[in-house]
Order: sequence, then structure tokens, then C-alpha cells
Amino acid sequence: MSKKVTISVSEKRCKQCGICSALCPRQVFTQEVGQVPVVAHLDQCIACRLCEMRCPDFAIDVEVE
Amino acid sequence: MASYKDYMLFDKLPHTWCAGCGDGIVLQSIAAVFAEMGLDKHDIALVSGIGCFGRVDDYLDINCMHVTHGRALPAATGIALANPNLNVIVTMGDGDSVTIGGNHLIHCARRNINLTAIVANNYNYGQTGGQYSGTTPTGSITTTSPYGHIEKNFDICKLVEAAGATYVARATVYNPVQMRKLIRGGIEHKGFAIIECMVPCPTHYGRYNKQGEAANMMKLMNEQSVPAEKAKNMSPEELEGKIITGLIVKKERDDYYTEYKRIIDAQNIDK
Amino acid sequence: MAKSVKKFIEGNDAVVDGAIAAGARFYAGYPISPSSEIAEGAAKELPRHGGLYIQMEDEISSMAALLGASLAGKKSFTATSGPGFSLMQENLGLGIMSEIPCVIFDVQRSGPSTGAATKPAQADIMQARYGVHGDHSIIAISPSSVQDCYDLTITAFNLAEKYRTPVLFMADEVIGHLRETVTEVEPTPDQIFNRVQPAPGTTQAEFRPYNYSTNMPAPMPPVGNPTLLMRTTGSTHDEKGEFGPGPDNINRVTHYLTDKIEKNVDDITITRRYQLEDAEVAFITFGCSVRSTITAVDMLRAKGVKAGMLQVVTVWPLPEKEIREVLRQVKTVVVPEMNLGQLAGEVRKFNDYGCKVLQANRTDGVLITPQQIISALEEE
Repeated sequence: MSKKVTISVSEKRCKQCGICSALCPRQVFTQEVGQVPVVAHLDQCIACRLCEMRCPDFAIDVEVE
Repeated sequence: MASYKDYMLFDKLPHTWCAGCGDGIVLQSIAAVFAEMGLDKHDIALVSGIGCFGRVDDYLDINCMHVTHGRALPAATGIALANPNLNVIVTMGDGDSVTIGGNHLIHCARRNINLTAIVANNYNYGQTGGQYSGTTPTGSITTTSPYGHIEKNFDICKLVEAAGATYVARATVYNPVQMRKLIRGGIEHKGFAIIECMVPCPTHYGRYNKQGEAANMMKLMNEQSVPAEKAKNMSPEELEGKIITGLIVKKERDDYYTEYKRIIDAQNIDK
Repeated sequence: MAKSVKKFIEGNDAVVDGAIAAGARFYAGYPISPSSEIAEGAAKELPRHGGLYIQMEDEISSMAALLGASLAGKKSFTATSGPGFSLMQENLGLGIMSEIPCVIFDVQRSGPSTGAATKPAQADIMQARYGVHGDHSIIAISPSSVQDCYDLTITAFNLAEKYRTPVLFMADEVIGHLRETVTEVEPTPDQIFNRVQPAPGTTQAEFRPYNYSTNMPAPMPPVGNPTLLMRTTGSTHDEKGEFGPGPDNINRVTHYLTDKIEKNVDDITITRRYQLEDAEVAFITFGCSVRSTITAVDMLRAKGVKAGMLQVVTVWPLPEKEIREVLRQVKTVVVPEMNLGQLAGEVRKFNDYGCKVLQANRTDGVLITPQQIISALEEE
């Protein structure tokens, strides 16, 4: 992983639907039912931004340096 | 470079839609395409109807006209003809587009009005509690088809293709990259463009039809997806229950205004 | 010296000329008897003046297209009758709530439903007022001559623009198809009202597409202007045009939509008086019935009866002051109309003076006659 990636999740906007954590191709997130997802494995992130684009609640920002 | 946030009323969030509703994914795609294209906000006019997806205008910082159920396309027709320089976007659900507004859809496609219709199809009426719509698949359980839906559903893309639409595309929210590409193509297309966006409604349709939570519904959509190119070589039986995705129709035909402008140019006595 | 031209044409044709003179440049409609000549005239004339005609798939979409075109800056109109007018009610409500000006010509015919499609009636008066669900007010003008079809069409567009609202033009089959000489005087710029624009330099932060603090509407820039974004909606909204379903806001909007018309009655309403000065018997009427009533007044006067007539050119809002004046002055009022008493009921609402209010109604699709109007009085 050469690029530096930051993933932030807005607790205010997140509705805990689970889309990001379930569909991330690299299992970057962990998530408990009724909880906001946690970025647990950032090192596995390939910066595909799918979590950001698939978040229905505009709660995820992916920044790539 | 502009961000999708620049085209949104971001402080209005969190939005009205349920957890896992795909409408937000389509909304982000639309705003992201505006940003990607660097459109001037003043050159965009969005017309929305009624239903869950009819609420997109609440979150967009552009010209917005929120109208009655099913009538977004004719209202947008008026805007597109009165000001042909605008990028006219119409956002509708399956209720707006092919159920209460079905007649407007086929006529708008036939006339080739220069606008981009973005349809969020979630197979049911979400806002009123999950009743069946014109796209509810046969056999589905909804709150008004508790014993299984007996009607045949519309295939939106086939319907508008037959009606003469010059740009027809479909994407699922599983694939937002493709969705953006197709929406952009629709906006750049001169004439009637429609992008059908398959969105999960986990609150109603997914729950009644035991499709699980939103992510499961999206996975299912992806499994059902068949690229348009591949679908060309498949039989109707093989395509049963499939979702054909990608660019389905792209034809060049003068849009209504271009045709009408010729009449104005020839007849105008006020010049 | 204003340009003026004399023509011998029917009412429906004069409407088209009036609309073009008023600056209308967009028509969306669906043909229906007895209004179709307006569609045909619009299709022919609009492109000659740089405008557009589109024939929609129904009257629902016609109304929607009118509102879209008007929002984008074009003065817009449509024409219809009975069943089509019913279909338009949905988006007429949208126009009222969104405050988008346009003019709807209802060439009234016999009903309900298909009724007698080619026969006149004046029975859409209550539908004009209350056909849209929810509290609101409406402006409706009813012409009684081909000259009116030209002149009052210009008035209708001016009122629509000034009050940012759909205006109804309640003609009828008689007037629509009547041929008579009309003098079409081209209006001067000061006789044309164009919707108010925001003050130059208004910023987006300052701009409000709606204003509920007075009884006059907010300025209305066209969608597509380079500086201000426009937001309209049929949902109850705040001044920014954003969804506002709170109780206070709903109440405020409801009152505003009614007040902006009802509190400007004196500016909006037009009446005409005929032989009323010394009248002891009066007729209150509108539209095609005016023509028969004028003859009835003349016939009564010849017999020595002091009769007179008040024509309510503006059917909605009703010119309450003028109607009350007549009710106060005379002992008997007769309301001739080609329905079963829609205007008569309204006149009675204002009758705090013990005046006898009689009806002269005709609903067989034949123009009401002076004799019938007189006999309504004599039968008493």
C-alpha cells in the first residue's frame, strides 16, 4: 500500500445500514449491529472509494494523498 | 476540482430516507456527475416528482422544481422547451415514471425532449408503505399484494426503447462507478436520455420478500446483473430474472426543440 | 399612436391574438371542443412570433408543461373545456401553491362528463373556484364578447404575472364560436405587466423565491438566469422554497395564498354597469348571459320597468362591494346564468338587505333568451 488513505465516518449522518462494511472488497471495516462502522484494517484499503460512493448517507469520506 | 458536496445542501443531512435505502447512492452519483462535468449550477434545472426519490431536490443546491406525482416529465418538457440551454434533469421513482406517469414517459421518449431522466427503481411504493407499483416483479409480496403479485411488471428500459428513447441505460447501486458514467453519458446526450437505477428498499420490498438487509439486496442485484453486450446473445429464458446493465440504446435523432426551432426560424415574422 | 387592426373573427381566435399581444410565447394543450380553435391558432401563430406550441398527451401534462415553461420565463397558456378542465385541476393546484403564472382558457360546455360537447354552458364556475383541493383563492375572468376575448386576455396575463398565479379565463361555447368585429389595439409597454424581478445585485443569500410577509408575491427570476437559483415546490414551503411542514408555516401559507387575491379584490375585479343608476330591478350576470340580459333590460325599459344590469367580468374573486351595492339599491335581483344557480348562490351570500334574489337558469345547451330572463321576473 503506497498511497496514504484516510477514511472518516460521520457518526451524525451514518444510519448503520451496513452496506460499507459488508461490501468492501478488502474488509476494511468492522461493524456491530446498531453501531457505526469502524475502520479496522486501513492497511488493506486499496482506495477504490466504493464505500464512499455506496454510502447512501453521505457519511464516508475517503481521502487519498 | 469541484466536489459533489458543492452541488448539495449538505447541512440538510441526514436525509429523510431509511437506513440502507439506495436513493442516497443515486443522489450522490448525480451530484458527483455535476461536479465531474464542472456544470454551472445555474445551468441545471432539476424536476422531481413525488415518492421517496422525489425528495432529492431537498438536498440539491441547484434550480429545483418539485411537482405532482407522475408529472415531472411534462413539467420538465416545459422547461426544456422554454430554455433549451439548460441541462434538465428529472428524478423519479418507479411510481412516478412508469406507473402514474407512464403515459408521460412514453410520450416524452417519443418526442425526444432534450432532458435526462434518472429513475430510481425499488420495485415498490416506499413512501406510502410498500405497496406494489408498475415494476413490482410478478409473485412479489407487497403490502397490497399480500398473497403474491399477479401482474406482469414493466421493463422500464424496454418500454422507453420501444417508445423511441435515444439514450437508455441501466445500473445498480452495487456499481456506482458505472452509474456515474451512464448518468454523465445521459446528460451529454442531446435528446431524451433515461438511466434506470436499481435501488434496494430494505424497509419494505426487501423485508417482505426476504431479501435481507440492504447489502444483501445489493449483492443480489449484482448477481442478477448481465452486461448489455452479453445479454444480446442470450435467450429470453436465460434473461428471465436478470437485470441488464450498461448502455442499452444510443441513437442520434434531432431532439424536439431542434426540430421545432427550424419551424420558428422559417416562420418568425418578429425577427 | 398604438397600432390597431379591425378583424371579423370568432372569440377563440381573438384569444390567440390577445395572448400573443400580451407576450405569451408558450402553449401546451390537448384539443377539445369547443376550445380547439385556440390550440390551432396557437400552433399557427406562436412560431411566427418566436414562441412554441406543443400538443401534450393529455390535459394533466399540458398544465405541467405550462408551469415548467413559465418557470423558465415564458408567458404560457392553454385552452380546454369540461373534462379537460377537470384533468387540469391537479396541476392548477401546483401552480397556485408554487405561485407560477399562466392563463387557462376554459371554453365552457355542457356537462358533467362528455355531456353535450358542442353545446354551451356556464356551469364550471364553482369548479373554477373550488376544483383544486385545499384552501386557496383564484382569479377567474369571464368574457361576454369577442372584443373581451382580445382585451381581457391581455388583462388575464397581466393579473397572472402581477399576482404570480394561474388565472382562469371562463369563456363559453357561445363566446368562443361567436363571430363579430373586434378592434385589436396593440398594447403599449406600460399596458403589459411582466413579473417582478429581484433588484439588480441581489445575492443568492438574500434572495427568497417566496415572500409571506405581505399580500404581494416575491419577485420571480426565470430558471436559467445566471445569478440566482430558483426553487419552487407544490409541497408547503418556506420563503426559500424549502419543504416546511410545520403547523405555523402551513397556516401562514394557507392564509397568504388566499389573502394575496382576496385582499387585492379592488385591484383585480372588473364590473360593468348597464342602466343601473335609477334601477329598481337589477340583473347580475356574466359571460354569454350578459348579451341576452342587455336585451332584456332594453325590453323592460321600453315597457317602463326601471331595469339595470351588473356584469361581473371577474367571476372570482367576486366583486362583493359592487354586488352589495346593487342588493342595497333594488328590491329584486335576477341572476341569469346557464347553470342551476352557481352565481345566484354567491349573490345570496351577500344579501343582508332583504332583497328578493331570483334565478333565471337554462341548462339545455341553448343560449338563454331575453324573454326567458324577463319571464323569471314576471313569474314572481
